[in-house]
Parts: sequence; structure tokens; C-alpha cells
Amino acid sequence: MSGLVRGGAAIVGAAESDIGQVGPGFNVIDLMAQGITRALDDCGLGLNDVDGLVCASTQSRTSPLNLAEYLGISPSFIDGTIIGGSSFMFHVQHAMAALQLGLCNVAVIAYGSTQRSIGRQNASVREINPYETPYRPFLPSSAYALAASRHMHEFGTTREQMAEVAVAARQWALMNPTAWEKKPLTVDEVLTARMVSYPFTVRDICLVTDGGGAIVLVSPERAKSLKKKPVYVLGQGQHITHANISSMPDLTITGALESGRQAYAMAGLTAKDIDVVELYDAFTINTILFLEDLGFCKKGEGGGFVTGGRTAPGGALPVNTNGGGLSYCHPGMYGLFLLIEAVRQLRGECGERQVAGAEIAIAHGNGGVLSSQSTAILGSAATV
Amino acid sequence: MPGTDQSPLAAYQAHLDNGELAYQWSPKAGRAVFYPRIVCPYSGSTELEWRIASGLGTVYATTVTYPFQGPGHNIVLVDCDEGFRMMSRVEEIDPLAVKIGMRVKFRIHPAEGEQPAYPVFVPVEPER
Repeated sequence: MSGLVRGGAAIVGAAESDIGQVGPGFNVIDLMAQGITRALDDCGLGLNDVDGLVCASTQSRTSPLNLAEYLGISPSFIDGTIIGGSSFMFHVQHAMAALQLGLCNVAVIAYGSTQRSIGRQNASVREINPYETPYRPFLPSSAYALAASRHMHEFGTTREQMAEVAVAARQWALMNPTAWEKKPLTVDEVLTARMVSYPFTVRDICLVTDGGGAIVLVSPERAKSLKKKPVYVLGQGQHITHANISSMPDLTITGALESGRQAYAMAGLTAKDIDVVELYDAFTINTILFLEDLGFCKKGEGGGFVTGGRTAPGGALPVNTNGGGLSYCHPGMYGLFLLIEAVRQLRGECGERQVAGAEIAIAHGNGGVLSSQSTAILGSAATV
Repeated sequence: MPGTDQSPLAAYQAHLDNGELAYQWSPKAGRAVFYPRIVCPYSGSTELEWRIASGLGTVYATTVTYPFQGPGHNIVLVDCDEGFRMMSRVEEIDPLAVKIGMRVKFRIHPAEGEQPAYPVFVPVEPER
């Protein structure tokens, strides 16, 4: 139905820009450019090869224009779709289609944010919604807290179970030299941290960091002649359900159910085939919701599923192996970093945190307040 | 009553200023529409009627959000009896005592400064 071909594009370059807290004066286009030059170095291509430019940032309304000017290129394919942190998985679909249709030959997808340096309020303009704003929701936290309340009510999910998600993420982060968080974390420390929006303490909530990065996509034919092992896009899917949390049809079922269904169908795979799982963990409940909706456990069983370190290093299912938005970095729209980590895992570049024998990865992006969901399934050459 | 050249928000607000919680009804879809808009998202019809809600509803989801300074405040999603859901706040009880499934009733939170009157809820059976 989608028209995209399984394995019809390959990610050949992937890199972060500087992340965490960047130097004074860096802007988002600097970080995108830094990510792009590093990602091009990663695959052995140059700026003059780039004819597809795809990017998004909350701090640059027309970021493809600004970025193209900065880089001195005039790409034949341009896309600046911005629908929250999942935008970059949507970009994968767009870039893949453009490559398949011959609209471009080398597509880069880039992101940048300096929200830590300039403050969250300055990085993302607050929008007024007359049907929500009077109640002073602290967004997005309050919206995800509402979803968590419903999950707890319907399925008996506990704060301790959600805290396990944060603890597992921290354990992975401790094996990632670029991760923001450097100290161990316990369930008790999560539970007793400053309450932000019940049931979430600050440790149930993603970091606020700077950061950016880029990935490079080409056709599978072109990929074979480049520097590193290509990572193929086996499946992609996407689904939006709402914009505002008060319009989400069911707070316990996300669009990941449908985006995952599409991605699995295109890839001809199921959750059982996935070796490494990268899920957009803006909040601890996210990991639980997406594990359920992407078929790793049944609806309502996500809380139990994450207990006992099942998703932590050494557990049965490696989830968020870079430390996630909870402990590695979260510059506001985190989706691109899930793709970067999935690529590195499939290349076997992850050092201490490497998942042995990883051939198939899922990278699931979430945007808005559980609003926009997009799933990419990636695989090594052996899976094509 | 609202005229045809009134925005959906202005019509809704006029009802609130009159002490009423209004919502739209889509005859074609046979169901309530909220927030107010100019087209029914369930049927595509632009025929939408204004109706006055009973003001009764059930808490669907709840949280308490804590600012850096000061006490936490409640935020809920309420399923109104007429079949629409809205964000609101349950007042007159401890914000953490607001529970999913609690029956609540609408009342007006009066206008303050730039903020026009808006709907809040209180428990149907007053809590201790």
C-alpha cells in the first residue's frame, strides 16, 4: 500500500553534533551543519554530493532554507516537515520516496537544538489553546501524566514499574561515553525526586539538553560502494491521532499500534524478529506504551514487562541502548538520535553497550503529546 | 444567541459568559463535537448545532502539576455525559484526591483579567 520498497534506501552515514551543553553562541544551523559534515565523513561523501535536504528545528521556522544557504547548496529535494520529535522518522519516509522516485540521490536528514543554552521557553514558542491553557498544564509533562494516570487506572501499572524504565535507561547511559548522565540511579531515587506532574517526578521525564545530528540516505546500489556497512530501511510506518491531549481518542493506545503494523508489514517481520529496540522515551510511560503497541507485550502488561531489568543491560530485550531521552540526551525533538543509535548498533560500533549479533533494529519516534507516531525498522545487509 | 458570523470560540465563550457549558452536535454524525469548530471531524458536515450540556461528567484522567513555586493544581480530562471530552480542573477537594471515575459537575470559573470565564468542575458528592 505504501509504495515504498523494503530495503529501498540505506542509511550510510550517521553522526551527532556536539550534544549536552554546546559552546556559547552556537545556533541550531551550526549544529545541523556539524552533524551533516560528520555524517558525510562517516560515509565518505561530501557536501557537493548532497541533493536532498531534510531538516527540522523548533528554533528555525524555515530551517531548510537557512541550512541550504549556510552549506552553500541548492538541493533538488527539500522537506521541512515538523510534527514533533517523531519528525525524523517521517523524514525517512519522505527521503526514501524521493530516492526511489529519483528526486535526489543523496539525502541528509538533520536536526539541531540549543534549548539547554537558551532555555526551553525560548526554544519552543508556547502556543495558546483556549480549551486547555486556562488549566495551566505544564506541557508536555502534564499531558503524558494524564496518559500515565489512565494506564495506572486500567491496568494497575505502578510508579515503581515506571521508575524501572528510568533505571534501565540510566544503566545503558553509563555505558555510553557521550551520555549526559554519569551516575547510577535507583528506583527509590526516581520515586522521591521532585514531583513535576503526578505520577511523574523529574526522573520520569527526559533531559533538557542541546544537541543535533544528521543521517545520510542513498539508494541500496550506491550504498555498497561507501565507507561503512549500509543499514537498510526494511519498514516504515506512521500514524497521527490528535494534536492536543484532550483530543486523544484513548490515552492508553497510541498511534504506534498502527505505525508499527505498517512498518512490520512492509518489513515482513514481527516484534519477535527485533534484536534491538529504540523507543522515544520522553517520559517513562512512553517506553511501556510503545512496548505494548509495537507488540513486545500485550496491552496493559508493559509495567510488568519492564520490571526485573528486562530492558536493561543484560536483560532479555535491549531497549534504548544509548541511555534514551531519559539519560543520554534530549534536545526537544529526539527522534533522530534513535535512528543514529539503531544504525550504530547494526554496524556493531557501540563498544561496551553493543548488543551482540544485532541484525534488526526498530526505531520508534513519538511527537507532540503522544500525537504523531512513526516507526522505522532497520536491518543489516544480511536481512535484505 | 450566536450569529452565523461568530467564530466557534466566540459562540462557546458567549455561552460560558451566560453561565452555560455549550457543545456542538453533529446531526450527520449523530454525536457531540468538542472543541467547537466549523466542520464535523466525524462526518465532514458543516452543519453543527449548538447544545447546552447538563454539566455532568466523569473524570477520565487526572494529574496534579506542581509549579516551581507554590502548590500543585489539578488537571483532568472529563468525559461529559453528552459524549464529549474536555480538559478541566476539579475544584473544592485536594487535587490529589481527584480520582478517575469520579462524578463531577460543571461550574463557571469567573473571568479574571485577560482570562475570560472558563469551565471547571466540582465533585457531585462533596468530599470531606
